[in-house]
Amino acid sequence: MSKFKVVHYINQFFGQVGGEEMAHIPAEKRKGPVGPGLAFTKNFGDDAEIVATIVCGDSWFNENLELATETVLAMVKEESPDLFIAGPAFNAGRYGVACGTICDAVQTELGIPVLTGMYVENPGADMFRTKVLIVSTADSAAGMRRAVPAMAKLALKLVKGERIGASVEEGYIPDGVRRNFFDKKRGSTRALEMLLKKIAGEPFETEYPMPTFDRVPPMPAITDMTKATIAIVTSGGIVPKGNPDRIESSSASKYGSYNIEGVDDLTSETYETAHGGHDPVYANEDADRVIPVDVLRQYEKEGKIGKLHDWFYSTVGNGTAVASSKKYAAEIAEKLISYDVDAVVLTST
Amino acid sequence: MVKEIERAGIPVVHICTVTPISMTVGANRIVPAIAIPHPLGNPELPADEEYELRRKLVDKALEALSTEVDDQTIFEV
Amino acid sequence: MKLEVGYIDIKGIRFGDYNAVEDGILIVNPEPLLEPVLEDPLIKSAHFEIATPGESIRITPVKDVIEPRVKVEGGGGVFPGMVSKVDTVGSGKTHVLRGMAVVTAGPIVGFQEGIIDMTGVGADYTPFSKLHNLVLVMEPVEDFKQHEYEAAARLAGLRTAAAIGELARELVPDETVVYETPTIAESFKEEWKDLPRVGYVMMLQSQGLLHDTYVYGVDAKRTLSTLISATEVMDGAIVSGNCVSACDKNTTYHHQNNPVIHDLLAVHGKKINFVGTIITNENVYLDDKIRSSDWTSKMARYLSLDAAIITQEGFGNPDTDLIMNCTKLEKQGIKTVIITDEYAGQDGKSQSLADADELANAVVTGGNANEVVVLPPLDRVIGTLDYVDTVAGGHAGSLRPDGSIEAELQIITGSTNEMGFNRMSAR
Repeated sequence: MSKFKVVHYINQFFGQVGGEEMAHIPAEKRKGPVGPGLAFTKNFGDDAEIVATIVCGDSWFNENLELATETVLAMVKEESPDLFIAGPAFNAGRYGVACGTICDAVQTELGIPVLTGMYVENPGADMFRTKVLIVSTADSAAGMRRAVPAMAKLALKLVKGERIGASVEEGYIPDGVRRNFFDKKRGSTRALEMLLKKIAGEPFETEYPMPTFDRVPPMPAITDMTKATIAIVTSGGIVPKGNPDRIESSSASKYGSYNIEGVDDLTSETYETAHGGHDPVYANEDADRVIPVDVLRQYEKEGKIGKLHDWFYSTVGNGTAVASSKKYAAEIAEKLISYDVDAVVLTST
Repeated sequence: MVKEIERAGIPVVHICTVTPISMTVGANRIVPAIAIPHPLGNPELPADEEYELRRKLVDKALEALSTEVDDQTIFEV
Repeated sequence: MKLEVGYIDIKGIRFGDYNAVEDGILIVNPEPLLEPVLEDPLIKSAHFEIATPGESIRITPVKDVIEPRVKVEGGGGVFPGMVSKVDTVGSGKTHVLRGMAVVTAGPIVGFQEGIIDMTGVGADYTPFSKLHNLVLVMEPVEDFKQHEYEAAARLAGLRTAAAIGELARELVPDETVVYETPTIAESFKEEWKDLPRVGYVMMLQSQGLLHDTYVYGVDAKRTLSTLISATEVMDGAIVSGNCVSACDKNTTYHHQNNPVIHDLLAVHGKKINFVGTIITNENVYLDDKIRSSDWTSKMARYLSLDAAIITQEGFGNPDTDLIMNCTKLEKQGIKTVIITDEYAGQDGKSQSLADADELANAVVTGGNANEVVVLPPLDRVIGTLDYVDTVAGGHAGSLRPDGSIEAELQIITGSTNEMGFNRMSAR
């Protein structure tokens, strides 16, 4: 009995090429399993084997979406696999987006089953959860030991064409399809237990999340830019040299407000980035590459804009919980309103 | 963050590289950036050319802020 | 109110020359039981059949499922206002023939009767496949009005269940449980001071046109939200008069064995202070919905509730009543959990409920009623397969030539029950 053939996609870090400084490498194919592929091999047992691994830089993939997708698709096609898996990406945003994108493409173009895994707050999860099956993982590679067996098990079901159960049964991120299953306890008991938790203020999980329609209507455009006050906000983690507020490089617990009155240009002497999610070199050399203080100051002097707001607001958007970001932004918004700021340029890395 | 600030009543333009994320998350005015580690720059270029590149992106951003939109819109440079 | 319930376990049913329960076996002599049924001019013919768990039997169309009970002591008789007089029930002593049910079946009334399979895949989805069922199959006269026939069939089932329940009067129960519900004054006693005050809001199907529920014989359509004791419900104060989708219709059996009531009573005085039960309806007029839900939240305030479980019956516009009840309680600071079921489409991708609100953040689901299931052909049919294609959940071609049925779970009686009777859920 022959084993199912699997192709595995991983990033430069798990491919043991390097860290952020190697995020720019283009996709390359290697024979057999690499890195976490070895753990997958163990879990697949006699049923499946990884015949090839595609290692790709997260930045290269995200900055060249079309080319990267085409390239990787061709590599996968060459192998004629029965199954394609990617990641797990945990909370790495670019990696999650890459996994979701390439899985979606393989599923659509090559018609073979696909599976990936990532943390529920990974941007890739929201983008692809209804298109591609995504196993729910921890938010860091410390969760590898749990993620791989869960992914391997579900992957084998997919490739064998077996029935996929409900999200809680199989461990994947709810994909927008409701599926019935038999729980351990009857509904009334589940309701009582849920109520007791709710009363005690303990966390509980609803069995049916109400649909949310969270779109914010666009605010009216600026009619006269020459009179407008523009403020800079960034998730790129630009901070004064030395990071006086100690904003964390990942999962920021705060944001900073930094005064740029009289500052025409950001330099490597005066500013740096606290962002730990990408190669910091370029931002450290010239922080204007992340927040365009130089251009906006010039425009202020030329009268193209009314004023560049005296403060910029900065946090690190690397693995930062959505709830935290919302909180920071709400506080920042309050400040902006008190200063009569007319519009915001928000930059992200 | 983009949505929270807009929710408070201030128009926002989001300059970012991975625009699909911005779309999913729900920003209304989006300008695609150059690259993740340097969204408004390109270290390959000599300083003056890089400045010019940045200026064009800022122009596009200001244009987005000056344009009425009904729905999520990507403003390409 | 205090009610002592004696459970007599039924292990089998057989036909015989007399009516009695002996050593856990129900012996049925059909003639005396059929006499009162046939007295109704609308019923042309009736007979009994027996369905045992595990047998290859399909019962359809199923109208109601009723548990035989009898009031041994205390005021009133079972099914007050329907079979017995209107005297208040819920105290004293009641005997129950547990492990069996009277099932009414026969040609269709509305297009919402269901199927009970005693074995196979279908059996997993209904609690009634685990009971010894005495099926009363009825046939109406030629020219009948639907709602009159529904009333006739309903009464026939309740009378039969009461008559069989009567056989338990002198028996010694296998198990006795005492249920006690406090008065409002008692609910404030010192001993329970630190327990959360929890209420149960029971929504009753009252859409009319064969979608009705009766409380002491009163059509729930015509009621304002009010209080009822958990023990009254155990004595059959609330009976089903509806042929709503079989999957989420609360049969009389569900009312008699309300799982929310039982689970709340089990922890009353220990984890919670189960203060009381509010019943409310689901009418088709917006004013009624507003009035009823306002009344419900008013009663909840009178009871000084900290929290409540809300159960629904049916789907579609009652989802609005559900959300109204939930949000009005939540806005008063009363924490809620709602139990509902879903109509998320056969592909599971549609919006499960017709209405929504972010305050409804604690939901228990009985499952997606649109999920398609294939029921295997079974050896014997009690009733008729004539209506399989047209009942809710079925479609043209549901009944296949080989006798198997491809239909939505909607078609299985009790499959997505919104009182939380079953273990089925969805994600």
